[in-house]
Amino acid sequence: MSRYTAVTETDRRVMLDAVGVAGIEELFADIPPALRLGRPLDLPDGLGEAEVYEQLRGLAARNSSAEDMLCFLGAGMYDSYVPAVVDMLLGRSEFLTPYTPYQPEISQGGLQVMFEYQTAICELTGMDVSNASVYEGPSAVAAAGYLAKLTNGRPRFVISRAVHPHARETLRTLSVGYGTTVEEVGLLDGVTDAGAWAAAIDDTVSAVFVAQPNFLGAIEDLEPLIAAARSHGALVVCSADPLSLGIVEAPGVLGVDVCVGEGQTLGNRLDFGGPSFGFFAVREEHLRRMPGRIAGETRDVDGRRGFVLTLQTREQHIRRERATSNICTAQALNALAGVVYLAWLGRAGLLELAELLVRRTAYAREALVAIDGVEALHEQPVVREFAISLGLRDTSSVRRVIARCAAENVQPGYALGLDYPEYRDGLLVAITEQRSRADIDRLADVLGRALAAERAAAASGGAPV
Amino acid sequence: MSVETAMQRDAAVTIFEKGAPGRRAFEPPALDVPDRPLDELIPARLRRREAARLPEISEPELVRHYVRLSRRNFDLDSGFYPLGSCTMKHNPRLHERVAALPGHARLHPLTDPARAQGALTLMWELERALAEIAGLPHVSLQPSAGSHGELAGVLLTRAYHAERGEPRRTVLTPDTAHGTNPATVTMAGYEVVKVGTDERGGVDIDDLRAKADADVACLMLTNPNTLGLFDVNIEEIARIVHGVGAIVYYDGANLNAVMGISRPGDMGFDVVHFNLHKSFTQPHGGGGPGAGPIAVSEQLEPYLPRPVIVRHGGAEGNGSAVEFDLDYDRPRSIGRLRGFHGNFGCLVRSYAYIRSLGAAGLRDVSETAVLNANYLLARLRALGVCELLPPAYERLCMHEFVLSGAPMKQQLGIRTLDLAKRLLDFGYHPPTVYFPLLVDEALLIEPTETETRETLDAFAEALAEILREAREDPEIARAAPYSTPVRRLDEAAAAKHPVLRQAL
Amino acid sequence: MAEASYPQELLYHPEHDWARIDGEVATFGITWHAQDALGEVVFFEPPAIGAQLTQHEPYTEIESVKAVSDVIAPLSGEVIEVNDALGEAPEAINDDPYGTGWMVRVRLSDAAQTAALLTRDDYVALLS
Repeated sequence: MSRYTAVTETDRRVMLDAVGVAGIEELFADIPPALRLGRPLDLPDGLGEAEVYEQLRGLAARNSSAEDMLCFLGAGMYDSYVPAVVDMLLGRSEFLTPYTPYQPEISQGGLQVMFEYQTAICELTGMDVSNASVYEGPSAVAAAGYLAKLTNGRPRFVISRAVHPHARETLRTLSVGYGTTVEEVGLLDGVTDAGAWAAAIDDTVSAVFVAQPNFLGAIEDLEPLIAAARSHGALVVCSADPLSLGIVEAPGVLGVDVCVGEGQTLGNRLDFGGPSFGFFAVREEHLRRMPGRIAGETRDVDGRRGFVLTLQTREQHIRRERATSNICTAQALNALAGVVYLAWLGRAGLLELAELLVRRTAYAREALVAIDGVEALHEQPVVREFAISLGLRDTSSVRRVIARCAAENVQPGYALGLDYPEYRDGLLVAITEQRSRADIDRLADVLGRALAAERAAAASGGAPV
Repeated sequence: MSVETAMQRDAAVTIFEKGAPGRRAFEPPALDVPDRPLDELIPARLRRREAARLPEISEPELVRHYVRLSRRNFDLDSGFYPLGSCTMKHNPRLHERVAALPGHARLHPLTDPARAQGALTLMWELERALAEIAGLPHVSLQPSAGSHGELAGVLLTRAYHAERGEPRRTVLTPDTAHGTNPATVTMAGYEVVKVGTDERGGVDIDDLRAKADADVACLMLTNPNTLGLFDVNIEEIARIVHGVGAIVYYDGANLNAVMGISRPGDMGFDVVHFNLHKSFTQPHGGGGPGAGPIAVSEQLEPYLPRPVIVRHGGAEGNGSAVEFDLDYDRPRSIGRLRGFHGNFGCLVRSYAYIRSLGAAGLRDVSETAVLNANYLLARLRALGVCELLPPAYERLCMHEFVLSGAPMKQQLGIRTLDLAKRLLDFGYHPPTVYFPLLVDEALLIEPTETETRETLDAFAEALAEILREAREDPEIARAAPYSTPVRRLDEAAAAKHPVLRQAL
Repeated sequence: MAEASYPQELLYHPEHDWARIDGEVATFGITWHAQDALGEVVFFEPPAIGAQLTQHEPYTEIESVKAVSDVIAPLSGEVIEVNDALGEAPEAINDDPYGTGWMVRVRLSDAAQTAALLTRDDYVALLS
């Protein structure tokens, strides 16, 4: 018996009696002796709650989080402010502990949250219909690929290198199962090379993939990219940053087929990369091939308005091998955080926040580009993230600069060279509403000195910078 | 039955229908950088022409809306939730506290590994614990849910066969399989071949022998299976499948029955997925998040998703020991299945759970889960419930069991669905209904180990009461529920004329 | 349609589809048993005009809230007419499976295939 089970000696005797066996051992009679472990699991002994807490506190203390360091890391996940109401609501038993709402009569809370979330995502993306969430951003891109494959059966995907590296890789991983090939189109001046893009697309392309803003923070001019795909009947998938959609034109308005993205920045914690949620929204014509749960409105026998999981015949528990996806458990609690956050921001607040980020990001880009040797990697309009070249020899140098900044408790950004050999001395810098002007000034100061120190070290070491 | 509850009178109004123009909860920080015209920064033609029509609402109204909405949910903290196949065990609140520690919650995934040693240590130790529980040496924590883990496992299988120059075509699944199994098979580019179930509820060995050929890439199985029964032939099954060079995959949804007692690796499985939101008590959250780590045998290790956590000794220049790192140099890996490292927040909770229970505690979990299920079944028999809802198989069950409502339907004129809806009025979440497909009018019941004997007794009594009631007047169950926030909903209308967003 | 009914003049396929023959043209639908097992039909998408149907092969799907089922062609032929009214009102398949719930009309390619179908009495016997 533990603090989570309650079978006392008395209970045990009564229960075994009722079952008609002498001991618990008999209940496992079906397991052949050769398959019995026959020894305790080789794990540390269990601990009381306070001791477990101590252990976990010790582990957490060995991480340098955004609590300890000034964080300018982005690349899909951002140190955005999580309002206290989100923590409070997610902690409520009624949202935290129920299962997927298969019995709608007692799940109207969760189902209505899904319905509200779906509405919010449609508003943000400009799409006709949204599902109730998928795992996260990169796998949502791959799921969009599956929808395209189910729709037109064509063998090729074309994806911009400006799409998140993790999304590109995930699409490749899953394409092995889909039986599709993935071709990348490169960048020009920090955005998708429109000429190369058009050249890569023909009638054998199932879907094309773009990001808005892209991985380098640049706002793409989507219209020509969309037109090139449409002229060959390929589906257009756009992976978008939901907060940037507060100010950037909605992909749905521009006519994409599928809009997906990473939702973490909307009211979810960083949590070392998860859990968060992915959003997935489509044009009406793709509704029946959309993966994931969908909540729909209806009436009960007394005429009351209510909500149910609907169009379930798309899903694995009914359609099985012909399902639109294998997804079962998704990210309902994280999507709740997302819709609460969007309601908390509100209509005006979303735009105000986006405008604040645009101005602070512009300020940050100027401040860093003013550092000796630093150049903008591209001059494209940005919202909340931008890329600079540090004028260094290679990515290892960039990592050393990052380590120097870390010693002063600043995380200046992400070394682009880790994913883009063509930007080997690039740094991706993200701005959130938690980064004030003073913080940005500090970044410029720390980064400037770290760069100078790195150049000095390289010079004294005799190697060219 | 026409009394309306207060909750029923509280009509459903969405957040979009509340608030008023000008109301707000968020107040942006003051602009502390130059107020440059937006047109200079982002050309107008790239900007939104129309604002997203989000609510305009203040904090008190926002809180009231969602708190009231939460009360329209039944939840595990409030009551018994015997959903078969879902393992609805208590969610310890300690886990919420440790997941919320800033060192976890505010840690960016791209943090230099040297400065995330706590996180990597936790993940490493969790991997070792899961490997020990599974009896398979190598683990990836990346998959985000059980079905995500299944996809990883089947893609690993594909990579394994591809390297051997033997592209295979099919995957075998029993006809009792959870729907995610065949859906995963198709996504991974294979064809499903169904294997039958014998009269004892296990895999039909003769059917398996007939269908196991050189075209088969993999057999996907769960043991105990979705009928709650341990397949006594599991060693022979593994031999047959290995005999044609195929992989045996374990769907870990039912692990709650065998932890510390028997291990899938020892049963002959090559790859296992865990549902951390089942046996390892990650809260279900109304439909996620979860996590679906996988454990694999030595021969499948090279194909694991990347990055992989590696351990090396030594100290960095700054004096701190960098023991754990992320290894991306994995040329034979199937690649990524998602961004970053996985649902770390869920991993923290499951890690805390395993540290709390230890070896003895995990064994206690499985023993108690199996005892509770068998006890509940015995109580149902004693109360005569099983005369109308007989177990599909007359054997000892493991952590769950399935009853058939076919006699009840025939004799009383109420279906498993009606029974489930009437249970709502008794304050219970119903068991899983109409799954597995093999059993007519199925009712799949999994009490889990965290329920007391009194709860099980009360639940059995409730079922008996509903049957007694139905004998008198079957219409009561047919029109149930009566006391829930809404009563039976028109699901056909929702499917025929989908309304999937609030009209604005 | 509340009570089971199987019109005498129709021919039946063991996978619960019916055919009404009018010379070279046949009308297809699903039987009372099939619609009863499915529950309320919510979605039905007919094949395109001109599509070639093959006896015993599925030619489209039918969906209820909780189930998806293949619809099997009782005979081979070319689709010459489809019941578009089912798009808005698929419940006609439940209410009147042999009348307004008809699905497609086909120009038969091989009249002799009717030999593979069951008479009403044989189909009813199959059901019990």
